[in-house]
Amino acid sequence: MGLVQAIPLNYYLVLSAVLFTIGATGVLVKRNPIVMFMCIELMLNAVNVTFVAFSRYQNGINRQSMDGQMMVIFVMAVAAAEVAVGLGIIVSIFRNRPSINIDTMDVLQG
Amino acid sequence: MIAQLVLFAILAALSVVCAIGVVVNENPVRSALNLVVVLFCVAMLFLTLNASFVAAVQVMVYAGAIMVLFLFVIMLLNLGKPEQLLDHLKPQKPLSVLAGLILVLVIASVIVAVPSPHSVLLPAQMTGAYEVGISLFSPTWVFPFEAVSILLLIAVVGAVVLAKRRL
Repeated sequence: MGLVQAIPLNYYLVLSAVLFTIGATGVLVKRNPIVMFMCIELMLNAVNVTFVAFSRYQNGINRQSMDGQMMVIFVMAVAAAEVAVGLGIIVSIFRNRPSINIDTMDVLQG
Repeated sequence: MIAQLVLFAILAALSVVCAIGVVVNENPVRSALNLVVVLFCVAMLFLTLNASFVAAVQVMVYAGAIMVLFLFVIMLLNLGKPEQLLDHLKPQKPLSVLAGLILVLVIASVIVAVPSPHSVLLPAQMTGAYEVGISLFSPTWVFPFEAVSILLLIAVVGAVVLAKRRL
């Protein structure tokens, strides 16, 4: 089994932090629920990069650990389910009211 | 090593620029197309981490299925027009940019504070569908696997119930 030199783990972690922050800022800034969903997907992808990077760098020389990649596959499955249900909710809201600006949806606010 | 650094720099720059494009664009369709580029860059990053199966799933599920769903709903709801921001939320924009900067500084300072070796030796072989399948049906992960299958069934039923006009 050959070994290769790899770039430090920190590079992936910092990139993941930047992507996650852009997604979080997008959720705060945008008022369109579909774009907010896209920003949530961005945050999930940033975390996936962290998972795969840690999985790659965990065991080092002996045998690569697969736990991080397993988590990524489950995150993808849950994200697919979340998008299907969330977009269904948006469609059914749009059917009942003219605008889907998130600020006008305050009925459940209490 | 140098080639890896150059490839990582290109992918990182492209993904960050397009992620900012997702947030900055007023048009939801352009945001979606920017997000597709980000997802492809993340798939390439998975390949640089030797996770070939996860990269393929990323392209198929995210860039394929989920983004088609997004674009389909945007077209269906006729959301192509730019959004109008309500007036009482004007101060939210600069404040959230400030909060984002603070957040990335905090996370990055934590990451940089932890010492890490300048270069490490890692196994060269890819982890493809064989390794993922072996791990997925190992005793550790087989129960989450079954739970996710039930979750997907619930999501399918829920999406049909939500989107149906009259049951």
